[in-house]
Amino acid sequence: MSDDSEYSSRVALPPRTRTAVKGAREMTEAALSTGDRKKAIRGSIFYAVLLLGLTTALLSIAAMITWAFIAGGPRLNLNLFTNVPSVVTPESAGYRTAILGTLYVIGGVILLIVPLGVGAAIYLEEFANPRNPFNRFVDLNIQNLAGVPSIVFGILGLAFIVRGPLSWGFVAAAGSLTLALLVLPTVILASREAIRAVPSSIRDGSLALGATVWQAVSKQVLPAAFPGVLTGVILAVARAIGEAAPLLLVGAVTFVTFNPQFFEGGYSTLPTMIYSYAKRPQEELQVLAAAGVVIMLVLLIVINSVAIYLRNRFERTW
Amino acid sequence: MPKATTGDTVTAEDEAAATPAVGVGSALIEDRDRRASGVNTFELHNVNVYYGDMLAVKDVSLDIPHNEITAFIGPSGCGKSTLLRSLNRMNDLIAGARVTGDVLYHGVDMYGPKIDPVQVRTVIGMVFQKPNPFPKSIYDNIAFGPRILGMKGDLDEIVESSLRRAALWDEVKDRLKDNAFGMSGGQQQRLCIARAIAVQPDVILMDEPCSALDPVSTGKVEDLMLELKEDYTIVIVTHNMQQAARVSDLTAFFTVAAMDETSNRTGVLVEIDETRNIFSNPKDERTANYVTGKFG
Amino acid sequence: MSSRVISPGVSSDGPNVRSLEAPGLRIGERIIKGLLWTAATLSVVVTTGIVVSLLLPSVAFFQQVSIVEFLTGTIWAPAFAEPSFGVLPIVVGTLMVVLFAMLVAVPVGLTSAIYLSEYAPKRVRKTIKPILEVLEGIPTVAIGLFAFSVLTPLIRELTPFLPWTGPFSIGVAGITVGLLIIPLVSSVSDDAMRAVPMSLREGAYAMGATKFEVALRVVLPAAISGVIAAFVLGISRAIGETMVVLLVAGAGNPVLSFDPTKGIQTMTAYIGSTATGDISQGTITYDSIFAVGALLFLMTLAMNVLAIRLVRRFREVYD
Repeated sequence: MSDDSEYSSRVALPPRTRTAVKGAREMTEAALSTGDRKKAIRGSIFYAVLLLGLTTALLSIAAMITWAFIAGGPRLNLNLFTNVPSVVTPESAGYRTAILGTLYVIGGVILLIVPLGVGAAIYLEEFANPRNPFNRFVDLNIQNLAGVPSIVFGILGLAFIVRGPLSWGFVAAAGSLTLALLVLPTVILASREAIRAVPSSIRDGSLALGATVWQAVSKQVLPAAFPGVLTGVILAVARAIGEAAPLLLVGAVTFVTFNPQFFEGGYSTLPTMIYSYAKRPQEELQVLAAAGVVIMLVLLIVINSVAIYLRNRFERTW
Repeated sequence: MPKATTGDTVTAEDEAAATPAVGVGSALIEDRDRRASGVNTFELHNVNVYYGDMLAVKDVSLDIPHNEITAFIGPSGCGKSTLLRSLNRMNDLIAGARVTGDVLYHGVDMYGPKIDPVQVRTVIGMVFQKPNPFPKSIYDNIAFGPRILGMKGDLDEIVESSLRRAALWDEVKDRLKDNAFGMSGGQQQRLCIARAIAVQPDVILMDEPCSALDPVSTGKVEDLMLELKEDYTIVIVTHNMQQAARVSDLTAFFTVAAMDETSNRTGVLVEIDETRNIFSNPKDERTANYVTGKFG
Repeated sequence: MSSRVISPGVSSDGPNVRSLEAPGLRIGERIIKGLLWTAATLSVVVTTGIVVSLLLPSVAFFQQVSIVEFLTGTIWAPAFAEPSFGVLPIVVGTLMVVLFAMLVAVPVGLTSAIYLSEYAPKRVRKTIKPILEVLEGIPTVAIGLFAFSVLTPLIRELTPFLPWTGPFSIGVAGITVGLLIIPLVSSVSDDAMRAVPMSLREGAYAMGATKFEVALRVVLPAAISGVIAAFVLGISRAIGETMVVLLVAGAGNPVLSFDPTKGIQTMTAYIGSTATGDISQGTITYDSIFAVGALLFLMTLAMNVLAIRLVRRFREVYD
């Protein structure tokens, strides 16, 4: 930088102008300096790195989906749905009982998580005093449960549902209850958000007319929160459909060739069946496993699209 | 009916002397009779309202007469709305809110052990600052209260009579099934008033009901208030002094008394009197400063 | 003057005063409140259940096997005729998964987050975020199978200098888990960075900083505890993953090894493969499942508590 005093001593300038001149000169020199060009290059490299990271993620998703269709391609026909599983005759094996098993188990999950999850959310948002230490403990609890590994829920199921107090045995209902407990925190958290999003003016307006809290909730708040709650439930269901680990421990037996029942007999679900096929060395079973993955992916895409569609349709801007 | 304005020649004479001011009809005499009957809807004795440890309203004692319009005025933050909300126990909804002292409704302690806050709100209704219709049809908005309270009578009739009393019937009678959000702000507020009327309260509390409305709608709501006071005790909180002067019979002026270390403000009642006295001849200097616009 | 249906008229006796007491016992309301409370407390019951279900058999287990031997022993052979219960091999297996997962998820997740939060225009963000979430929604069985069929052979092709043996590899399992947790790391970091107030960025821009400098030198440091929380949550998730490791790293071979090319058993794999057999209750092998489960639970619990603390500290600064 040039010497300011040298310049300003040559010309008698008032101090403010002197500062302005110096500043202007420095800015111009800065803008023209090569340092700035280096900065620009570094900026571009950084941007490229960012995009690279993002692309890796997106690419892997694409790769996965493509692989599933290619690998499972050969077995993608209606037999997949109508045939029962088999190891001995892989050419004629299918997923029928597994799909039925999934329907039963997930049906049970829905029956459980809607009243329990939405009910808990309603209590925590509308009835509970937020300062009460017990309620804060419940809050904390739900947050922690959301982070527990799914297999630990399998252990819980094994100890308490299959054996222990409930002793239901290795039945589909045990799978339902286990999975329901697993996704319950998700439903509670999502429902709480949905309820919280309803403006308090609606609540206040109802209460000011002489409604009880439950009347205000059931007739005004819940209907308004419904889209959000529904989305939460659907997403929880989507997650439950894909779970295999906990079910391994509560009796989703490897090969079931009979149709499932709720409280009797063995059962299997789509993901556990895929795992059973995938574990084995036979080439045909690997293909079968991949075909099963395709079924799952299609199913999940449908469910998630329904969730998005419902959310958009019922979305309300306050 | 126009009320006495501050420019009239009303001197501080005996209340019994009936000298009606210019432009006022028999209503003023009727008002005096009513007041003379001594019926108060609310009587407050040494009422404090706390939010947790913070004292929001300090030591308020006043009477609110039956079937008249009482206005709470004062600068912002002086606890007017807080006090209003303690009249229908809406403060109960705020965790940590506490009321000490006596709040009597026709002699009954509103915070007594056997009192049911839900029932209180049926008898003492409220209209809020920002119109808050439910996201339902106009009909369902009005019908909500009667339905949940299990009121007897034909719902259609109740809806119609409430809308008529709120001077809204003619505007909406052909579109009762339309969503309430399609109405203008002024209409929505009148809808909220109709909704409150539908559950047949004795009292209507209004928390700055016109502050979100345009002047024309404000005028309509003010006219409505003057009609409604025939049958309902009305208490309104307002920032608009002229509004208080226009519609209210009695005015209570509040101000901020103290700020503690955390700059929490505590409101106190300065004085309460007939409206024309508050505006033309206030007893307290703070009132005089406020109404003449010297502060606030 | 119109009249009201129920109206205390002003009579000479004064108005009729309506009662402020409850018209009934409001039993319905109380019952409903009770039912809802039950639903809410169920979560506490579940946690208690988890703790108890892990605790009792673990206690039985530790009566036969000393904790020291458990935590420091290097041979894990619970089903052998002469069983050995040193848990380190499967713990190391788990940690290897975590290591490789983080090697993938940290750079990819963080860069995606920086891009989405600082660079991406609104529309791009709106389309990309949900796509990333697709990755999170893919069942782990599917990803595990994909990794086993495609990734393992691919990586073996690319690294012929490594001593590959057999179809299983804990390193590839870790990488796959890493892919799985990218959306988690990305979205939590993204939230953290978006919570940094615009004014901080604007101050930097006003001094002539480039976007790159602002992102790296202003936003990232400001969001650091949120970003670390994202990593911690990722670690917790990686510790608990089961299906991917079962499929990619195999269910056997609990040998203490740091070789990523081998298939090594993790804690979750042990539980997932052992508990499915018909192991009779009360045997020490059965109890060992719960002991390992307890250790797993404690590890993830510690991580989650840490993450919650970090997020809370981060939020306090900006709320």
